[in-house]
Amino acid sequence: MTERALQVMKTDRDEGASQAWRMLWRRIVRNRSIVLGAVVLTVIALGSIFAHEISDYDPLKMSPRDRLQPPNATYIFGTDDFGTDIFTRVLYGGRVSLRIGILAVAIAASIGSVLGLVAGFQGGWVDAVIMRLIDVMLTFPGILLAMAIVAVLGKSLTNVMIAVGISTVPIYARVVRASTLAIKELDYITSARSLGASGTRILALHIFPNLLAPLIVVTTNGIASAIISAAALSFLGLGANNPRIAEWGAMLNAGRTYLRTATWLMNFPGLAIMITVMAINLLGDGLRDVLDPRLKT
Amino acid sequence: MAKYLAGRLLQAIPTVFLVLVLVFLMLHFIPGDPAEIFLGEAPTTPELLERVREQMGLHLPLHEQFLNYIGDVLRGDLGRSLNDKRDVLTEIMRRIPYTAELTVTGLVIGAVLGVALGIFAALNHGNFLDSAAMILALVGISMPIFWSAPLMIVLFSVNLGWFPPLGQGDPEQLIMPALTLAFLSAGSLARLTRSSMLEVIQQEYVLTARSKGLKGRVVILRHALRNALIPVVTVLGLTFGTLMAGAVLTETIFSRLGLGSMYFKGVSDKDFTLVQGMTLFIATFYIIINIVTDLLYALIDPRIRYD
Repeated sequence: MTERALQVMKTDRDEGASQAWRMLWRRIVRNRSIVLGAVVLTVIALGSIFAHEISDYDPLKMSPRDRLQPPNATYIFGTDDFGTDIFTRVLYGGRVSLRIGILAVAIAASIGSVLGLVAGFQGGWVDAVIMRLIDVMLTFPGILLAMAIVAVLGKSLTNVMIAVGISTVPIYARVVRASTLAIKELDYITSARSLGASGTRILALHIFPNLLAPLIVVTTNGIASAIISAAALSFLGLGANNPRIAEWGAMLNAGRTYLRTATWLMNFPGLAIMITVMAINLLGDGLRDVLDPRLKT
Repeated sequence: MAKYLAGRLLQAIPTVFLVLVLVFLMLHFIPGDPAEIFLGEAPTTPELLERVREQMGLHLPLHEQFLNYIGDVLRGDLGRSLNDKRDVLTEIMRRIPYTAELTVTGLVIGAVLGVALGIFAALNHGNFLDSAAMILALVGISMPIFWSAPLMIVLFSVNLGWFPPLGQGDPEQLIMPALTLAFLSAGSLARLTRSSMLEVIQQEYVLTARSKGLKGRVVILRHALRNALIPVVTVLGLTFGTLMAGAVLTETIFSRLGLGSMYFKGVSDKDFTLVQGMTLFIATFYIIINIVTDLLYALIDPRIRYD
């Protein structure tokens, strides 16, 4: 009986769902922020994925004869103090920054979602304990916490990623908990429960899909700030031990020495970070308008 | 109000306690023996290690160490720097004025710029000036300050020669670092002000004020703005974290003394007692700021009653 009732609910849902998806898709492709952000981001992502195809230069190879060349026909972004092509380094740097940004957010969003779901759904002392812990994490500015974590774990890009991930867990935990609390009270959850669905089933099948919208929005904007935070740590010298690594934050740091004479050393990685972050933010803003009008700021 | 304040303070106690526990445990999370870390690179003998351990109270069971730690903290003893053995709290106090000067100036400039840009965008809602203002805000949000700060040095110091590039003391030396921090918060404040204004403009009392024949500007400034700023004020409190994070980068780039550069130095030198003390200090300060923001919120918005 229960199985059949759930089956009926499922078929109905599927028909309504495909129509809803079509409508959603139409709103997504009509949103100028989303389209612009997605196009720019795709170009950046393709540029870094195919860096070795696009550029004939090596991102690490030194050629002292060509050092500190301003942008020209051979080196369109100029060369750095080791004579390495900056355009190539920016392309390869995108791999590192995008990967760190996405993975850091993956860490934060998965830990945060589980904590938020459990806290919101379970309530009571479980909620109290989890949220107190989140409160404690929030008493400390994220990037400072990330710095402390790197100090404890040691300097490396992997640790930067972990640190940025851990320090941003509270954002996701709070959003997911708030949405869970709101969804939990809705009628369809009560019906699922009265049909005998278990707690895990309700969480996984009925609550989680419905909080995906706010989660996608915070996750997108989260990647933007994770990229900035990771680059900041790297700029401060808390990233890779190899200062020659092709990574935007490290490149900005290395360029500081030539601030007065060779500004292109800082400007191209700086622009790369800004354009990437702007594109992701545009995408996130657009997604927020489409997916979750309540979150509008 | 007093009752609410008392409640908030009571609520803060478990948070502060947990912060204490975590900050205390921080030293134990670090791989290696705290006594060895304290002695640093210098060659050690087992006897010396044992003596240091005893001096630091590390031979005691963990809960006794924790009680001692709480006792120390209550007496205002946040320990001594592993590097130069200076008292951590004294060092923090010495640097507060520099960071306060920087962050407050930055926040004021940022708030003025951000709110002005937000109002401007809201008044031009839907046309290209609105879009231009919002693109500007997006640039502010997306531009890393470790790039904007060096750019400012190149522009204002190297090319125009207006301000000295580094250091502190003169008001002249404050302008660039404060502007750097201002841009950081102006972007998000502009967006918030804009959306808040747009919401308020649609409310009935604004319509009433208009239909009374009041001029557009009077309506905006006297009626709409006041209410639109309520959410902005609450966010100002939350900006503390952003500003502290910004201070780390700004103070480092402009070679300023302050809490930010001190924290960075502690982290990169692995000066764990310093980082521990500063963590506790910043966290406590943040909790207080949050309570103050909530109270301010009630003062500005008469609709909110806490008792």
